[in-house]
Amino acid sequence: MAETLMFNALREATDEEMARDNTVFVLGEDVGHYGGSYKVTKGLYEKYGEFRVLDTPIAENSFSGLAVGAAMTGLRPIIEGMNMGFLLLAFNQIANNAGMLRYTSGGNFKIPMVIRGPGGVGRQLGAEHSQRLEAYFHAVPGLKIVACSTAYNAKGLLKAAIRDENPVLFFEHVLLYNLKDDLPEEEYILPLDKAEVVRKGKDVTVLTYSRMRHHCTQAAKNLEKQGYDPEIIDLISLKPFDMETIRESVKKTHRVIIVEECMKTGGIGAELVALVSEQLFDELDAPVVRLSSQDIPTPYNGKLEALTIVQPQQIVEAIHKVVDSQI
Amino acid sequence: MVAERTVPKFDRSSIKITKEEGLMLYEDMVLGRLFEDKCAEMYYRGRMFGFVHLYNGQEAVSTGVIRALRRDEDFVSSTYRDHVHALSAGVPAREVMAELFGKATGCSKGRGGSMHMFSAEHNLLGGYAFVAEGIPVAMGAAFQSKYRREALKDNNADQVTTCFFGDGASNNGQFFECLNMSALWKLPIIYVVENNKWAIGMAHDRATSQPEIYKKASVFDMEGYEVDGMDVLAVRDVAQKAIARARAGEGPTLIEALTYRFRGHSLADPDELRSEKEKEFWASKDPIKKLAKDLTNMGLVVSEELKAIEEKVQAIVNDAVEFAENSPEPDPDELRRYVFAED
Repeated sequence: MAETLMFNALREATDEEMARDNTVFVLGEDVGHYGGSYKVTKGLYEKYGEFRVLDTPIAENSFSGLAVGAAMTGLRPIIEGMNMGFLLLAFNQIANNAGMLRYTSGGNFKIPMVIRGPGGVGRQLGAEHSQRLEAYFHAVPGLKIVACSTAYNAKGLLKAAIRDENPVLFFEHVLLYNLKDDLPEEEYILPLDKAEVVRKGKDVTVLTYSRMRHHCTQAAKNLEKQGYDPEIIDLISLKPFDMETIRESVKKTHRVIIVEECMKTGGIGAELVALVSEQLFDELDAPVVRLSSQDIPTPYNGKLEALTIVQPQQIVEAIHKVVDSQI
Repeated sequence: MVAERTVPKFDRSSIKITKEEGLMLYEDMVLGRLFEDKCAEMYYRGRMFGFVHLYNGQEAVSTGVIRALRRDEDFVSSTYRDHVHALSAGVPAREVMAELFGKATGCSKGRGGSMHMFSAEHNLLGGYAFVAEGIPVAMGAAFQSKYRREALKDNNADQVTTCFFGDGASNNGQFFECLNMSALWKLPIIYVVENNKWAIGMAHDRATSQPEIYKKASVFDMEGYEVDGMDVLAVRDVAQKAIARARAGEGPTLIEALTYRFRGHSLADPDELRSEKEKEFWASKDPIKKLAKDLTNMGLVVSEELKAIEEKVQAIVNDAVEFAENSPEPDPDELRRYVFAED
C-alpha cells in the first residue's frame, strides 16, 4: 500500500495505461511541458515525448475534433480539459462527433476516448470556472459520464475509462485533487457502471456524487450520533445510472434524498427523480428530496458561493425531515 | 454578378496521362453526375427524404483529388455534400443509394442519410453536416498517421488525409485553428476548399474580407494553391504534388478549387439569388465536357469510347436504384444498435 494523492493516482493511471498501450496519448492545454494545471500529467512528457503528450494551442473545439478523428482511426486519446468548463467551446465535437458519430455512421467507426479534467465549484473561481457540465452533457446519446471522488476510485475508474471502447466524460473535482488514499501496489480496475455504497444504512438512501459524497459522509457523522442510519451511495456513473444498486437500497429504505452540486433545473438529480418515480414509485414512503445548487451563475463572493452549493448542515436537516416524516 | 476570378494558368503541355487514366477520370466524373441526377429524380418522386445536396458541376474536384489517392489507404473527409466524394473514394453506388433510401444496406445502415455517408472499409471518415466540423476530425486522422510514423516508428504509416469543405467553412474558426495546428505539426493533410461562390444564399464576397482563400495558408507558413476546379487535369496535377509532399512528411497544403454548383444549395433551395448570367458562365465550363474535349484533342479517346462509359455508368446508377428499392428497411428491433461500441 502506498499513500497517494488523487492527482498522483490519476497520473499513475495515465502512466500505466500509456505504458501498456502505445496508442494511448494525452492532449490538451499545458499537459506537456507544464505537466498539467493540476499536475496530473507531470513527468509524462519527459517519459513519452511530444506526440504522446501533446501540448495543443488553446482551441478546444478543434483539438477535441482531432481526438475524435484520431480515435476513429485507431488511437486512444485522452483529452485533458484544463478546466472542464472550457469544453463548452468543444460542445459540438463532443456532442455531434464523439457522442453521436458511431450511431450516425451505422457502426462504421468507434470512438474510444476519454475527456477528463476538473469540474465543479472550487473556491471563489467565479461563474465560468465553476461549471458542472455533467448536467449539460447528460442528454447527449453515446457518451458515458463518470465522476470520481476518491484517490482510490479515481485511479481504478480512469484506467477503465481509457480501456473503454466508447467516449467517456470523466469528471474530477477541482477541490479533491489532494485527497489521499492508500492505494494497492498491484494493478486494479473499477467498473465504470457500478455505484459505490459508501455507507450502509437503513433509514434513507442518499444518492450523491463527486465532492458532495464527502459532504454526505460528514453529515452522516452527526446523524449517527443522533441515532439516524442513512445509506450513502456514490453514483460514480452519471450515465447510465446503476439502477440495480439504487433499487436494492430503496427497497430497504423507502426514502430517497439526492445531493448534487449541479444546478437543480435540468440536473443529474432531475433525471434520477424521474427514473426513481418511474421504476420505484411503489417502494417510496415519502417524496424524493433534491438538494442541489442554486439555479444561478456561481458568484465570486465566498459567502454567496457557500450559499449557492449544498452544505452538510442542509443534508442533516433534510434527512431529519424525510426520516421523521410519517407514512 | 461579381466579376469572376481569373483561373491560374495550367501548362497543358506538362500533362502526363495514359488512356486508362483518362478514361478512369471520365468514368468517375460521369458517375458523380449521373448519380446525382438520379438522386434529384428519386427525391422528387418521394423515394428519398431530408436535406439532399447535389454535387453537379463540382465533379472535377472530387475526381481530381480523390482519384489521385491510394484507395482504401488514404483518408477522405467530406461535408453534407458528400455523395460523390463517397463514390470517388470507392464506396459502391449501391451502398450510397441505399443509404439515401434509408435502407439497412446503406453504407451507414440507414442511420446517416444524405449528409452522413461513412465507410470504414474505404476510409471515408464521413459526411459532416455542420459546416467546418469535419475539418478537425480529418486533422485527427492525419495526426494519427504522423503519430504512428513518429511516435511508434512505423515507416509504413504514410497515409494522406484529404479534407473537403466549402467557401462557407473557410470563415469558421475551426478552419483557421486547424490550418495552424496542421502547419505547426507538419501533418499529412490536404485541405480542399471547393469554392462554389455561394454558402446557400450568402455570396462568398459578402462573407469574407479576403475572397482568395488559398492566400490564407501563407499566414500559417503553409503551402496554398488556387486551381481551376472545372478542369480535372489541373486539379489532379495540383493534388498529386500536394499528396507527394504530404507523404514525404513535408506537411499540409491548402487547395482552393474555383468551382460552381449547377443546382441550388439543396433540393429544397429555390435558388433565387444566383443570376442567370452567372449560371450560364459556369455551365459553359462543364468539367465533364471539358475532359471529354481534352482527351479527344490529345488523341487518347474517340467519342464512342466515352459514350460506352456513359452507358456503363447509367447501368450502374440504375442498378443502384434497383438495389436500394429492393433492400430491406433497418430492423426496428435494432433501433438502439450502434449507440455504443459493443452494440
